[in-house]
Amino acid sequence: MQSAISLSLSSPSTIARSDCTAAAAANSYICTPRSLRFCGLRREAFKSKSFNSLSVSTRLLPCSRNSSFKKVCAALQSNGAPSKGEFDYDLVIIGAGVGGHGAALHAVEKGLKTAIIEGDVVGGTCVNRGCVPSKALLAVSGRMRELQNEHHMRSFGLQVAAAGYDKQGVADHANNLASKIRSNLTNSMKALGVDILTGTGTILGPQKLKFGKGGSGDTIITAKDIIIATGSVPLVPKGIEVDGKSVITSDHALKLEFVPEWIAIVGSGYIGLEFSDVYTALGSEVTFIEALDQLMPGFDPEIGKLAQRVLINPRKIDHHTGVFASKITPAKDGNPVIIELIDAKTKEPKGTVEVNAALIATGRAPFTQGLGLENINVQTQRGFVPVDERMRVIDSTGKLVPHLYCIGDANGKMMLAHAASAQGISVVEQVSGKDHVLNHLSIPAACFTHPEISMVGLTEPQAREKAEKEGFEVSITKTSFKANTKALAENEGEGIAKLIYRADTGEILGVHIFGLHAADLIHEASNAIAMGTRIQELKFAVHAHPTLSEVLDELFKSAKVVSSSHVAQPVAV
Amino acid sequence: MASLLQSRTPSLSFSSSLCSTPVIRPSVSFLKPRSGPRIPVVRAKIREIFMPALSSTMTEGKIVSWIKSEGDVLSKGESVVVVESDKADMDVETFYDGILAAIVINEGETAPVGAAIGILAETEGEIAEAKAKATSQFSSAPAPSAPKVEESSPAPKVDAPSPPVDAAPAPSTPGKVVATPYAKKLAKQYKVDIGKLVGTGPFGRITPEDVEKAAGITPAPKSNVAAPAAPVASSAPASVPSKAPSNFPEIPGSTVVPFTTMQAAVTKNMLESLSVPTFRVGYPIATDALDALYEKVKPKGVTMTALLAKAAAVALAQHPVVNATCKDGKSFTYNSNINIAVAVAINGGLITPVLQDADKLDLYLLSQKWKELVEKARAKQLQPREYNSGTFTLSNLGMFGVDRFDAILPPGQGAIMAVGASKPTVLADKDGFFSIKNKMLVNVTADHRIIYGADLAAFLQTFSKIIENPESLTM
Repeated sequence: MQSAISLSLSSPSTIARSDCTAAAAANSYICTPRSLRFCGLRREAFKSKSFNSLSVSTRLLPCSRNSSFKKVCAALQSNGAPSKGEFDYDLVIIGAGVGGHGAALHAVEKGLKTAIIEGDVVGGTCVNRGCVPSKALLAVSGRMRELQNEHHMRSFGLQVAAAGYDKQGVADHANNLASKIRSNLTNSMKALGVDILTGTGTILGPQKLKFGKGGSGDTIITAKDIIIATGSVPLVPKGIEVDGKSVITSDHALKLEFVPEWIAIVGSGYIGLEFSDVYTALGSEVTFIEALDQLMPGFDPEIGKLAQRVLINPRKIDHHTGVFASKITPAKDGNPVIIELIDAKTKEPKGTVEVNAALIATGRAPFTQGLGLENINVQTQRGFVPVDERMRVIDSTGKLVPHLYCIGDANGKMMLAHAASAQGISVVEQVSGKDHVLNHLSIPAACFTHPEISMVGLTEPQAREKAEKEGFEVSITKTSFKANTKALAENEGEGIAKLIYRADTGEILGVHIFGLHAADLIHEASNAIAMGTRIQELKFAVHAHPTLSEVLDELFKSAKVVSSSHVAQPVAV
Repeated sequence: MASLLQSRTPSLSFSSSLCSTPVIRPSVSFLKPRSGPRIPVVRAKIREIFMPALSSTMTEGKIVSWIKSEGDVLSKGESVVVVESDKADMDVETFYDGILAAIVINEGETAPVGAAIGILAETEGEIAEAKAKATSQFSSAPAPSAPKVEESSPAPKVDAPSPPVDAAPAPSTPGKVVATPYAKKLAKQYKVDIGKLVGTGPFGRITPEDVEKAAGITPAPKSNVAAPAAPVASSAPASVPSKAPSNFPEIPGSTVVPFTTMQAAVTKNMLESLSVPTFRVGYPIATDALDALYEKVKPKGVTMTALLAKAAAVALAQHPVVNATCKDGKSFTYNSNINIAVAVAINGGLITPVLQDADKLDLYLLSQKWKELVEKARAKQLQPREYNSGTFTLSNLGMFGVDRFDAILPPGQGAIMAVGASKPTVLADKDGFFSIKNKMLVNVTADHRIIYGADLAAFLQTFSKIIENPESLTM
């Protein structure tokens, strides 16, 4: 115990990050890297930390610090020669999005010689055209919404004159954020010695691929293992003509080239919902067009209903549900954008909608063309690369393709940036000799509206279906933000947290939160699911007062676990 | 005769263990059980939707939102309305199939537990009856026929291209959508029939402004029901007078008398006063000493008005800010003179002769001056500086037995004092002895940009001390 403590004091990051076997004797729980990384920012921190902890020996020679650092890094992380002489690389990742980046960093840590192929810009969709710039826009919309809500401000005793915005300033903020994160990502990989190969990656055969601009200039390389992490592009259903001006996808919308008076958003999932938040805060009116009968499909129905009451009904939003946009004609010749609707079931015409702009947010399609999958007899399913639960690619005969993995949006298992990263880490664990299966039910998801929505695990209907199959009882408990001191101090009492669990075992099946900072609150639940922590144990966890986290504290405490099975009592150390 | 509605979502922190099949939840007592006298309701197949009791401590509930609109067909188990209790918001669902005939309590309004919040009709034929019931039951509810009244008047004559014409006859078909989402919301809120509007927006679409315009000229009864309509009217005070005549239905047999110049001036001043943020502070003052003094000096020609004006002037001398003016909204203008304007009703008009330097003149001179001014006013011979140089106004309705009233601050002044009648009042002193003393209530209205509550309170305290020890006034 003594040694464990002194070790972690001297170089905490090294222990946490180094190979399990090295530190296993000291303290086994520290070294299980299960947390999910997002956009690589933590790796930046790690880099500088390891630098600090390792620079002890070079402190007397400040001028040579850089070179020593590289050496030390190389020695520690050994992104040097491949383990067996026959391959150029131990691991080649096609696609430098968040998934590829997460995999690359973990691979270096595992001592694999790693390369990453990127045909566009480092960072992929998330950083350049997705979660990152949209968060910048949502940060603006959240503040606008607050400042415009005179009643809300007055209840704080604040007086605010008419709030306005400068469109270019908002757009610049989003753009600057994307480029900053992009350079962080690039630097973190460069610093660790990951080779960034520019061009399109194509698989030529088992453990063999080429990259380049196409044609004869391509370079052929070999790799022991290959990860496909090519991500996705916005899905545009047929009949819809995207002109990038009046009919746009999220790619265009994030540039915020114009704020239309009235915009139709086709699809009311995460993307549509977040953009409705942005556009209404900036003064647009929004019409949702949703193919399913309910807005916000995919959310827990109860949360969806509450969210609709807060995020849709009081805002300048209306909606058409149960209809497809069968044809969308961009604005031209002085005409508005014309959207033709048909009934989702009967396909009967349901009239038209004329708006200033239309945003297509119907989902995302995998970007797997040109990968050369035919060379290894793999057939995509609706564009997705078929994989097993260990992300191993399955060929058209149903057999596993050796040494080939696919992570992230390209496999379609869970189209979230942090899910891709977690899958990448799982794959690296496997190729470095340790079996690992990622529990997708422990991956949280968040929608960054105001207030936010977050969830992990099963929705109530899913849980009930599972319960019926497996013969157990589902219990539900809820707490309200209205009872939380911090939420009330912020005048943001709107929201609930919902816990779906097994009363007999105390297992968490799902947690859904709608309320202030829900996206940050979910991790207590997702970590508990990942670690298999039971509610009866969580009840003993202490939360600082007054914080929003007490919403979850109360949630766990209000759950009634009937089992009398042995509960590990917290042990004082 | 049981509950019509049942909540689906149990209350805050409510933990329930349910099997996969939905089981009856512990039924919160939703609805007041109705008995005997209510039977006619059942016969007519018109049911009331009651404000449910969502918690044991709930006495009243606020309607957060109606999920269904009037005319919607409801099926058993559907959520109809969201109710906010003292603890949480809950969806309330119907126990019966039917048609939501009328909404009695609108969104944002509050009703006690058990009160009817909506009317459910079983068939379409009963809707009219249900609506009648709703109006008879809840008199301030918007008359269902209200939108029809508007039909003839509002449509602005705009020669718009064909689209609006197409839209008008087919509001029920989910075809052409020519109103923006917010316009539709507003139309629902103001109960404006959107099919009757002509859009002025791009491509002939109906904009929120179009709806507001239509709602702005709705008949007056609406404004006291629909809370949102009120701000519309008050936010544009300047435009009200010109519009006002056209807003009200003409009642046969009425005569129209145009304003006199004086009345027009009063109207103008009154409207201008709306732009000044005012507040009021009242103060009870014992007047036995003042009354005694008045009896003494009355033979010498001193009037009560002069006494009050003098007292106010002496108090103002100690509180210059109450004698100040806010002219530009950015600064204080401290007046070097204390000129007390006194409101006088003359020949159906109102004028405020000014006692200049009221703090400096003695009581007798002041009284004499006042007599002259009143005579001049009656003869309409007041010079402008004799009625518009006031720095503080006094208005006394005590002679009519008015015990208290609220004066409107005239533009250009910082404060106005409204004086009520002095009346014998039973008082208990600190030793527990009862006595009867004369007491009057004064109420000062002031411009809060320059005069704050504490300023006014301090001024009133000084004023009351002077009134209660009035000897200094004769000096």
